[in-house]
Amino acid sequence: MIEPTLNSLYQQLILEHYRKPRNRAELPEHTVEVRMYNPVCGDEIRLQLRVDGDRIAEAKFIGQGCSISQAAVSMMTVKLQGATLAEADALVSQFINLMHGDEAAARDRTLGDLRALQGVSKFPVRIKCALLGFDALQEALKQSRLEAGAQ
Amino acid sequence: MPAVIEGFDLPSLRAQFPALDQEVNGRPLVYLDNAATAQKPREVLDAIAQFYERDNANVHRGIHELSRRATENFEDARARIASFMNASEPAEIVWTRGTTEAINLVAGTWALDNVGEDDEILLSTMEHHSNIVPWQLVAERTGAKVRYIEMDDQGRLALDTLSDVLGERTKIVSLGHISNALGTVNPIAEITRRVHDVGALIMIDGAQAGPHRPVDVQELGCDFYAISGHKMCGPTGIGVLWARRELLEEMSPYQGGGEMIRIVERDGSTWAEVPHKFEAGTPNIAGAVGMAAAADFLEGVGFDLIAEHERTVVGYAMEQLSQVPGLRIYGPDSLDERSGVISFTLGDAHPHDISTILDSEGVAVRAGHHCAQLVMRHFDVAATARASFYLYNTTDEVDRLVEALDTVRGIFAV
Repeated sequence: MIEPTLNSLYQQLILEHYRKPRNRAELPEHTVEVRMYNPVCGDEIRLQLRVDGDRIAEAKFIGQGCSISQAAVSMMTVKLQGATLAEADALVSQFINLMHGDEAAARDRTLGDLRALQGVSKFPVRIKCALLGFDALQEALKQSRLEAGAQ
Repeated sequence: MPAVIEGFDLPSLRAQFPALDQEVNGRPLVYLDNAATAQKPREVLDAIAQFYERDNANVHRGIHELSRRATENFEDARARIASFMNASEPAEIVWTRGTTEAINLVAGTWALDNVGEDDEILLSTMEHHSNIVPWQLVAERTGAKVRYIEMDDQGRLALDTLSDVLGERTKIVSLGHISNALGTVNPIAEITRRVHDVGALIMIDGAQAGPHRPVDVQELGCDFYAISGHKMCGPTGIGVLWARRELLEEMSPYQGGGEMIRIVERDGSTWAEVPHKFEAGTPNIAGAVGMAAAADFLEGVGFDLIAEHERTVVGYAMEQLSQVPGLRIYGPDSLDERSGVISFTLGDAHPHDISTILDSEGVAVRAGHHCAQLVMRHFDVAATARASFYLYNTTDEVDRLVEALDTVRGIFAV
């Protein structure tokens, strides 16, 4: 028998993104690239964005790791295609809210498939897995703005 | 069901470990993370409590009664570990924080004094990071080269190629006795002879051996041997470096401070006798007392019985696990060549997911690279799940592991 909390963690949608990750490819024309590595478990994500003005024109990633880290980054890139930098900021903070068990975040449809990850909030040691891609995104947004500011 | 081992009373043995008697996520705990750290028997917990409750004082410096008792406890513990490892004398036992510090001590003193830029340090790709990084630091500072003994496809040292990497330039060899990632048991006595033939020294990382088998440093013939307290039912933060007295005598001090000096003057100091020369500052006295109690406990149970029991449980686990569809076991096939560690992967379920699912059923295993990234690279995996067994584990617990793996197979459709 599968535990109810375990069921909420391993939603079909998560396993589906794990097996068939979206946007997992090189993006040669990227404007920013960030590598995130979790030395504790060896999970790795290389996030590439093509930022055009204040929009993310394209987002792709290369990565390997557990179902949670890889599904989360796959779902995240789906939300990022064409999003403004401000929308990406909002996505990051709303996803962090979701990981902290915030109920409003769990009802927020703008999170899209990412809502399937709400069960992770019940497994504190796995939250860092789900956040790995978002850590990369935060860093990528920061670098993009620094570059834009320098130009 | 495997036969009962005469003289080995498993239920009463388990009853001596308070931490084993608890539920995790609504199921009785199955603790299979012993290669990371072992649980502690009442005897060890009591020895530590008793030291703090009755004898606590600083060592070697006081005239008063408690200081005398603390010093006696501390030095008795040293003698106890000397006999545990069959050292020639207690002075050959240096207390450290654990195996890692023991390796760093040898790297930071003997190696920095003796290894030059044309020299080579020989390790293996099987090593724990704690037996790689200290030597890389030596190589960075001295210009020496680090070389590696490779592994074969069963995760055994490829000794047929040893002469390719071991030679006149080799100054020191440092190898694990038993691999923490694969459970491989290395033929240390044989390798030691070959290392000595080329005039090099050999250090053994015994973190995974000390808990499971009698370590006889004289019989092994090696030059340095390190063990950790916490993996052999003792407390954390204590371990031992053994070395032959003449080596310890010629080595530079490790850290400076109290306890390790003879006379301090404005322009320099002289060192205390071995082993105190290597023990700056107030040592982990209660840790030493606890580690000695752990040695008493293990020898009280008897390493022959421990080995026989572990072989039964690990043999049963290998048999059961190899029948799980999609499960791959890493490391040697033969029980003669492996210890209590079983590293595995299951289909495309990531080891972290395996570990989370097993934990939800009260089964504690480790997942990741096990501080052995060169091993992971050798087998071309990012991580493995690792079930590691000890004297208190049972075949019923193996069944619980296999049952929990069925849940993983259900979720990941393996």
